[in-house]
Amino acid sequence: MTLWLMAGLLFTPLAWAVLTLLTDFVWGRRVTWVGILVQVFVSLGLWLTVAQNGGFYYDLGGWGAPLGIELRVDGLAVTFVLLTAAVASACGLHAGVYIDRHKSWHRYFWPLFWFLWSGLNAVWLGGDLFNLYVGLELISLSAVGLVALGGNANALRASIRYLLAALLGSLAYLLGVALIYGQFGTLSIAGVVLWLDSHSASAGPGLALALMVTGLALKTALFPLHRWLPPAHGIAKSPVSALLSALVVKASFYIAARLWLAFGESLGNQAAAQAVGFMGSAAVIWGSWLACKQVQLKQVVAYSSVAQIGYLFLLFPLTYSVSDSISLQAQQGITLQVISHALAKAAMFLAAGNLILSVGSSRVDALAGVSRFLPFSLFSFGLAGVSLMSLPPSGGFAAKWLLLQASLGSGQWWWALVLLAGGLLSAAYLFRIYRASFAEIPETDQFFHPSKSLEVIPMVLALMALGLGFVSEQVLSVMALPFAEEGAP
Amino acid sequence: MTLEQWLPVFALMISLAASLVIFALPETGYVRRTSVNLGAAVLKLVVVIVMVWGVFHGVNYGVSFTMLPGVTFVLRADALSMMFAGLSAVLWLLTTIYAVGYLEDSPNRRRFFGFFSLCVASTMGIALAGNLFTFFLFYEMLTLSTYPLVVHRGTEKALRAGRTYLIYTLTGGAVLLFAIAWLHSLAGDLSFRDGGHFVDADPDIHRSLILIFILLVAGLGVKAALFPLHGWLPQAMVAPAPVSALLHAVAVVKAGAFGIVRVVYDVYGVEASSALGLLAPLSWLAAFTILYASTRALWQVDLKRRLAFSTISQVSYIILGIALAGPLAAVGGLVHLLHQGIMKITLFFCAGNYAETLGIHRIDEMDGAGQRMPGTSVAFTIGAFGMIGAPPLAGFITKWVMGSGALAVNMDWVILVLVGSSLLNAAYFLPIVHRLWFREVKGAWPEERHWGRLETSPWLFWPPLLTAVVTVVIGVLASLPFSPLSWAELIVLREYAP
Repeated sequence: MTLWLMAGLLFTPLAWAVLTLLTDFVWGRRVTWVGILVQVFVSLGLWLTVAQNGGFYYDLGGWGAPLGIELRVDGLAVTFVLLTAAVASACGLHAGVYIDRHKSWHRYFWPLFWFLWSGLNAVWLGGDLFNLYVGLELISLSAVGLVALGGNANALRASIRYLLAALLGSLAYLLGVALIYGQFGTLSIAGVVLWLDSHSASAGPGLALALMVTGLALKTALFPLHRWLPPAHGIAKSPVSALLSALVVKASFYIAARLWLAFGESLGNQAAAQAVGFMGSAAVIWGSWLACKQVQLKQVVAYSSVAQIGYLFLLFPLTYSVSDSISLQAQQGITLQVISHALAKAAMFLAAGNLILSVGSSRVDALAGVSRFLPFSLFSFGLAGVSLMSLPPSGGFAAKWLLLQASLGSGQWWWALVLLAGGLLSAAYLFRIYRASFAEIPETDQFFHPSKSLEVIPMVLALMALGLGFVSEQVLSVMALPFAEEGAP
Repeated sequence: MTLEQWLPVFALMISLAASLVIFALPETGYVRRTSVNLGAAVLKLVVVIVMVWGVFHGVNYGVSFTMLPGVTFVLRADALSMMFAGLSAVLWLLTTIYAVGYLEDSPNRRRFFGFFSLCVASTMGIALAGNLFTFFLFYEMLTLSTYPLVVHRGTEKALRAGRTYLIYTLTGGAVLLFAIAWLHSLAGDLSFRDGGHFVDADPDIHRSLILIFILLVAGLGVKAALFPLHGWLPQAMVAPAPVSALLHAVAVVKAGAFGIVRVVYDVYGVEASSALGLLAPLSWLAAFTILYASTRALWQVDLKRRLAFSTISQVSYIILGIALAGPLAAVGGLVHLLHQGIMKITLFFCAGNYAETLGIHRIDEMDGAGQRMPGTSVAFTIGAFGMIGAPPLAGFITKWVMGSGALAVNMDWVILVLVGSSLLNAAYFLPIVHRLWFREVKGAWPEERHWGRLETSPWLFWPPLLTAVVTVVIGVLASLPFSPLSWAELIVLREYAP
């Protein structure tokens, strides 16, 4: 059973990718519908398996550590697998209607979409450094391709920039992996942890961790390495922007977080943890500030991603040399932030795409009258905004609450101020958009009304982000499940 | 768990469901929307009355579940929550009737009524919240759901007012969240409890407790429009009259005042807050706000703005009442939560009637309006006299009880504040009443409209008259059971003898 589920998660997306490579846009869409159905069921199946029996290690094809493909199937990983299934299917379904099928190069959307999905699953489940690298590259390359799908010079420029940043990040990461391998002779994260437990750390592995985290921070667009993100996310097609902001940046962050939680205590130091937290805070403030300044709707949302990513890096200071209960609170808070941001940001990009389609302009000030004539799309956008502003009862609020508790509990109250200031700044840039839409300028309805299916998808995602606050306890409890260590190397 | 315990959830869900149904109905579904709205309001009133009866007889209504590790979501009904919930339920019904008439033939009515119901659902949640965390959820929901109402007209002025409103309330919300989170990390998940939690608090945390209290009051004071955090309120007057009426009488400012009552009574406890030296400064601040805002009201030429400053002043009575830390004064403060709501909504309904029927917005345009609109003007006069505190109206009861309460705890200076405030109230209300009845009409009204036999649309005509009658009745019959006064006495009894 487990074999089938694992194969379904990692290899069937590749099969869908190859299939859609051979077809035109319309057939690619049909294949994708079937594929989405299969992937959702498989993801749900794995999640249920873990929710019932707890997590486990899985050696793919019998090739275990130190060199083989080792998968770590725990509560966190399956939660992200399920999240990916939800967000990616929403984006895939939306894209099928949204993307113009008459442009010949648009058919490549489908294979790239499926490569991306399989890369994401590989990262969530990866247990060794090298296979994480493979998943990461798969994600980066297909994401760059998806950005380039825009087809014009600006899209190409943005995607080349993205490619360079991603490659540089990968190189730094790979260098770190090589150093670790040279030092410990294993690529398995659990194996390195075992070794670190019994030996005192030397300078080499510390450098390796720094290199890997820096490379991953570049891929996650942590301030001040964020410059590549807004052009890429802003110019891509809306479903692509949604995928990139919701999932792709989370993959590199996820690896960084796993590395930090595994090695941080022995290889990191207080100054580094605080520095990363400080950069995250700067991202929150600076990203929000720039979001307030943008005239293009999607640029506002893209800069908002820069800011929201900043929160994630508060994980570093809030889990370093603090008590276990506070560290757990911080991890839970960050996890909720990842989930709620993924849902809300995907909803927001899709809704923004609908709004742009309707008003025929991508400028914020073109939204006048939208509240009167296109309330539904605006409502999805607004509900997603509630989560991004981390107002109750959204998942964003639950995340903020846990992070507040963690920062106050560990005496690092300055992060609490960042969290509150970030919430207010996000209200500043989001209400600017609502404000524009409430202006009563056009007297008549001159807007294009997109089809219902386009409008419903962001609404569903936004409602999930909003309702997450009420089920946070249940979501988090899956992550706290026991983990069977017997498979460990 | 019995079905009865779920009543608070039902009360909340009725407004929430009404809001969702209204959003789902088409803009043109005028009759269906109005029936859903009024049906839900009546149903909710029934549920609230059942709960009031139950709470009086000591029934415990409530549900809770764990929302986050270490945090519970609690909805439950106690005497204090029923006071606020009852006010909200009664005024929702009346304001809905009024708003249906007021917004006849204007665009965006679906959006208006949808958010209006959402706003009422939030006040219900605020009333029934069983701990600070739950309170905060609905407190922020209230901010979000009132924003579209404030900017409803979509004019540049409305949008600017909405911006000011948000800057104030969201910042206040952030301060409040910080304080709640801090208190939570200090003392854990505190449910509201008569008598509070900190009667014999560890002296080590006294400093933190004092700081947290200041932050809590600052955060809540924004909505309660405590000086110097009141700046948003006069600007928000640009909203349609039913919104101003609801904002002032029950929703936003009352949520702030109610929150402060909760913090003092059910989180800290009167004894503890007084022992920490927190209540005296609060009472000075409230007294200053009362006098300051009344003075500012004198200079306002716009009717709604004058009423807005009057609200700022009147809401501080509630805070003053509980900050005096004596049972009788507390009764005076709490009963004003209801009294001010009823009287202020009367005045706002009337202001809306003048604006809609005659196009009057400024006070100097009101000359002789009493002859053209006698019903509305009678209601306005009763409301104004009630605010001044003329016996036997509701406002008199408040001032009388609070004055006696202040004397009982040897705070004689409060009498000066009450007298001064009454004089100021008279100084800014009586000229209006004089203009209404004793001045000749200046000429044509700015924008007159006619509706058959009545002086204005029946939807607009009856609600203010009804609330004016209530103002008289709750004043005259204040000593009967279930009157606001008796209910306030019940709350105070349970607080002081838990």
